[in-house]
Amino acid sequence: MKPWQAVLLRLFSRKVVLASAVLLTLVVAIATVFPWVSDADPGAISISERLQAPSATHWAGTDELGRDVMLRIVHGARYSLLIGGLTAAGAVLLGTLMGMLAGFFRRLDAPLMRLVDAMMSFPDILLGIALVSILGASLWNVMLALVIVYTPRVARVVRASTLVLRELLFVDAARALGVRTHLILWRHVLPNLVSPVLVQLTFIFAYAILAEAGLSFLGVGVPPDIPTWGTMIAGSLESSDKAFWTILYPGLAIVFTALSLQMLGDGVRDLLDPKLKKAS
Amino acid sequence: MTFMLKRLGGAVLVLALVAILVFALTRLASGDPVALLLGDQATAADIEAARTQYGLDKPLPTQFALWVGELMQGNLGQSLFLQLPVSQALLERAEPTLMLAVLAVGIAALIGVPCGMAAAIWRGSAGDQALSSVAMLGASVPSFWLGLILIQLFAVKLGWFPASGYGDPDSPLSERVQHLVLPALVLGLLNSALIIRFTRASMLDILGEDYVRTARAKGLPEHTVMVKHVLRNALVPIVTVLGLTLALMIGGTVVTETVFNLPGVGNLVVRAVLRRDYPVIQGTLLVIAAVYVFINLAIDLLYTVVDPRIRLEAK
Repeated sequence: MKPWQAVLLRLFSRKVVLASAVLLTLVVAIATVFPWVSDADPGAISISERLQAPSATHWAGTDELGRDVMLRIVHGARYSLLIGGLTAAGAVLLGTLMGMLAGFFRRLDAPLMRLVDAMMSFPDILLGIALVSILGASLWNVMLALVIVYTPRVARVVRASTLVLRELLFVDAARALGVRTHLILWRHVLPNLVSPVLVQLTFIFAYAILAEAGLSFLGVGVPPDIPTWGTMIAGSLESSDKAFWTILYPGLAIVFTALSLQMLGDGVRDLLDPKLKKAS
Repeated sequence: MTFMLKRLGGAVLVLALVAILVFALTRLASGDPVALLLGDQATAADIEAARTQYGLDKPLPTQFALWVGELMQGNLGQSLFLQLPVSQALLERAEPTLMLAVLAVGIAALIGVPCGMAAAIWRGSAGDQALSSVAMLGASVPSFWLGLILIQLFAVKLGWFPASGYGDPDSPLSERVQHLVLPALVLGLLNSALIIRFTRASMLDILGEDYVRTARAKGLPEHTVMVKHVLRNALVPIVTVLGLTLALMIGGTVVTETVFNLPGVGNLVVRAVLRRDYPVIQGTLLVIAAVYVFINLAIDLLYTVVDPRIRLEAK
């Protein structure tokens, strides 16, 4: 068995982790494939069918404009996953760079980390609101704002790991051999950061989906004509008393996706954290 | 002493950065508050006059210096829209937010600490795994969505609690608390997830310590070990996290305040952002961040009193 097979086998030995991975794969697959095989328009308005309860034709009912809620959830998955995935990727890239610099170069440590402290002294959602209001509410700006919000979190984790790695023997040895600093960072430090960063990636993925929904709810998020799970709930607030399914199902989509992502992240953490291995 | 000074210096530096960030955030924002304030009817001369009146015509560094100068004298400035000093606007909005935050942290602690302890004591069991999954679920639910569900269930269907608002300011305390039950439940339930995970982790940390093994080896009954040796030591980090959760909640309650239409600090910020009410945004964000920095600092300093090892390590 190859090493990566062994790792996957251990990762999926926990049933919840396996179930989460399967569920996520399904969500991603449906989100990518469905718009190719069906040309049903998620924005198709049908006033005669407005606010119908879930039925065989409309699995999750229809909203205040008679649009099919299930169809919009499927299309919304693309946007919600895009926002979550790109935000997580961006925050992880920037945060890893920042954390490695702070952790490896003593001189950069204090200024970078004070900046991180300052940014983290605002509640996430408030910083998000302020940033979106500066950048203007659009799909890309919401992502950019969330990247800025979550970068300090990654930077803190990566710095802590880098501080430990910096003192390890193989880094010392590389330094003694005269390996240049950027190569030490690239070949010896970065590969050892993969596990903590991977954990952060899954968690921020989930948080970003939640944060986008929150921002859209407050009216400072993605424009309402783009069907994300967040804008679906925000758009149906008025009819929530009469037609609760318009809010219930997009919310459930968020919950299940975020939960699966975090379960998967937790599985990766258990797998890669030697301290936990000892304790259990 | 050096540790305390260093820590204090760090906090002051962070606050200075926060002030710069807050100022930069508001001034980078698109949209002109004066145009919004005066409406479509205003002439160019009116707008110019108003800009001069509010000091918005001066160069940015001058505006920043003036703002910091006022801050040093404890003056947060004057709202552009509310006809109130920012500090007064904040004070008027403080009560719902503070009460909500305290109630929510209370609920989170009542659920989170016992559940986390149980999960740590019976770690690896089915109960532990179930609790860990529930904790993860708490971090996956959008707060406004849970709020909407609770409103449907307990306010619309059952009519047990009011769905929104905070009642009359002169109404008795019990009536105002009634309005806070559902929002506090939302925030309490969601934050208990974090507390469960944290309590479990810090209990497990302590369970691995030598003195716990010693206590068991000398034949102390298990519950004595748990209460006297494990829980006591685990409580310090747990109380810290509860404190930080409380600090982050002031301002972090903004979404829940909007769902339940509570006239709190978060609500104040959102309205200010939508209207570009610079002084209010600046003042509120600064106060919220300062509260967080100070609670953090206080906890660190308390640590050095409780645990002398920390002071020594910092040297």
